[in-house]
Amino acid sequence: MSAVFAHRHLLAIEGMGPDDVNLLLDAAEAYVEVNRGAIKKGASLRGRTVINLFFENSTRTRTSFELAGKRLGADVINMAVASSSIKKGETLIDTAMTLNAMHVDVLVVRHPESGAVHLLAEKVNCAVINGGDGTHEHPTQALLDALTIRRRKGRLGGLTVAICGDVAHSRVARSNIHLLNIMGARVRVVAPPTLLPADLDRMGVEVFHDMARGLDGCDIVMMLRLQTERMQGALVPSTREYFHFFGLDRAKLAAAKPDALVMHPGPMNRGIEIDSDLADDIDRSLIREQVEMGVAVRMACLETLVEHRQTLRND
Amino acid sequence: MRLLFRAGRVIDPTAATDRVEDLLVEHGVIADRGVDLLPRDLLGNPPADVEVIDARGLCLAPGLVDMRAQLREPGEEHKETIASASAAAAAGGITTLACLPNTEPVIDEPWLIEFVARRASEAGRVRIHAYGAITRGRAGQHLTEMGLMTAAGAVGFTDSPRNVADGGVLRRAFGYARTFDQLILNHPEEPALAAGGAMTEGEIATRLGLPGIPAAAEVIAIERDLRLVELTNGRYHAGPLTTAAAIEAVRAAKRRGLPVTADTAPHYFALNETAIGDYRTFTKVSPPLRSEWDRRAVVDGLRDGTIDAIASDHAPHDQESKRLPFRQAEFGMIGLETLLPLGLELVHNGFLTLVELIAKLSANPAAILRRPAGTVAKGAAADLVLFDAAKPWRIDEKAFLSKSKNSPFDGRPVQGRVIGTWLGGSRVYPSR
Repeated sequence: MSAVFAHRHLLAIEGMGPDDVNLLLDAAEAYVEVNRGAIKKGASLRGRTVINLFFENSTRTRTSFELAGKRLGADVINMAVASSSIKKGETLIDTAMTLNAMHVDVLVVRHPESGAVHLLAEKVNCAVINGGDGTHEHPTQALLDALTIRRRKGRLGGLTVAICGDVAHSRVARSNIHLLNIMGARVRVVAPPTLLPADLDRMGVEVFHDMARGLDGCDIVMMLRLQTERMQGALVPSTREYFHFFGLDRAKLAAAKPDALVMHPGPMNRGIEIDSDLADDIDRSLIREQVEMGVAVRMACLETLVEHRQTLRND
Repeated sequence: MRLLFRAGRVIDPTAATDRVEDLLVEHGVIADRGVDLLPRDLLGNPPADVEVIDARGLCLAPGLVDMRAQLREPGEEHKETIASASAAAAAGGITTLACLPNTEPVIDEPWLIEFVARRASEAGRVRIHAYGAITRGRAGQHLTEMGLMTAAGAVGFTDSPRNVADGGVLRRAFGYARTFDQLILNHPEEPALAAGGAMTEGEIATRLGLPGIPAAAEVIAIERDLRLVELTNGRYHAGPLTTAAAIEAVRAAKRRGLPVTADTAPHYFALNETAIGDYRTFTKVSPPLRSEWDRRAVVDGLRDGTIDAIASDHAPHDQESKRLPFRQAEFGMIGLETLLPLGLELVHNGFLTLVELIAKLSANPAAILRRPAGTVAKGAAADLVLFDAAKPWRIDEKAFLSKSKNSPFDGRPVQGRVIGTWLGGSRVYPSR
């Protein structure tokens, strides 16, 4: 690789440059074919230890990281920490110190609190990958979304991408907004104001409250998951009203370009934010491909961070 | 024993004078002020009963009056005690202090007012007065025994740092407190709008993925309170003010002649929301640090007199309460030992004169609390602070006498340092 990845950890997309993103996407691209082959196992991380430290339930992200690590030959250990314990922070710092003493190479951390992964990264010597922190960022999701788009559309720059739904509580949305802006895409968000955080327009997005206008001329429509407890009068009056105005179906998708593609980070609420039939339409929906790209992107991230640390050590 | 401060720059906030003179203390009281109180030929060999303190090049001001601090005793003595806070206050030049009732148990009974006074006099370094809670347990419902607490020494009533949300309860509190001509403080934050918030709402909160507290939560609370003051003619103090809109509301109320006073705390003019950086929990305070635009409005409010006083808003927390993900960390920073140097930034930056600053740090809060403090007039108790207004130094958390070290100002270069503090003519800092 010619370019150099200049970050010790992968904590956020914000702060990265286009070279960083391209480097990770190019590395991931190479693994897509490997993953489709019969023999998937490599040896570049043989002897390395990766720990998946999850303070929040997750099946797909954890499995994706686990597969990624194993396919590179690393030893992967999954640790689930109950986030319901009273002294959450003590658990966080104490766990970090404990793992640090075990000479781990990479820690993949998911935590329900924004900033928790950053706090943990300050306390350990190994590389840390943010597997999602609160409503802050989920950088590997944005990278896998970018790889998916790039493979289908051939580029990221110049595309118009609409991100629809609960942006306020979405780390996926924030990471995608940063990444798409870094790569020169035009980003729109579409949601009722109760699902949008303050001053979002200052993050380089156009804000819409209407699907027809927000999707008009879009290349990509990214749907976000809306948690049901937020749809019972707190932020949205009801699921049926939400689906009526903001759920993605073929009628609403018609406002986008004829070749527009649909994405969703999963897990989906079928019939709430996305029409079930549309979600399964392989001509329009990239949802399964996103999952596939996830493993390749995470392989690239693990390998790049380990290589970077090796370079630091050799220096 | 008499005490002679020789040729210091005496800052008298009441008379609004700032001139070099001698100040003589006898029997714990300021006995005289003037030029050359002790004949020059006696300076080298003063009378045996006179201790001469060379104050040349230094400032001598009334001991500071801090009208809002949290002391954690009773109940959270691992964070601070009245004794440790007293030592910290003396080191910060503070000689009179009013503490909030958010202890465990809540200060909502007369015996607790007396408890604080007793513990303070045992420590013997600073005059400490307690606010009583407005409502029992600060639960926002039932009024406390304001009369009995006033008799026990309460300087006012507040549920801070919690807002009394029920307008009916607050109306009755204003009305009932008038019976005893007492002051009411209400934490300036509409609780339903602030609920769950960790920092001020806006672009930075959005980027950090932290739940926001809108700036409007402050002015909405204050405007409601001001209407209740109008309705009840109660004595009301608003603080800490942190937003342009709330400051404008108080400015307009003062213009209308309402009996309202206001304060802010140093972090609201010395920092803005960008200090949070990568989730630095020492910057998590209530109300939250605001935008640069609001910070400038705080400075303007101090300049034009809308904001009468500067309080430390001292809120000690141990590591376990702060070494947490931002949303889970406690609100508050310590402030007793940084009150004066941070206040002096306003003077060095040309926003206030030294006399104006000292008034906001002593005479004005003393007047609001109706305590005979914050003065260097003849006959007043010799509560004094001697400081070098120009001395450059770096704030160092390791030097804090407070039991907790949660200050985001650690390492900040400042100008102006306390040399000594006297309470009733006795030196309380540095301790002998």
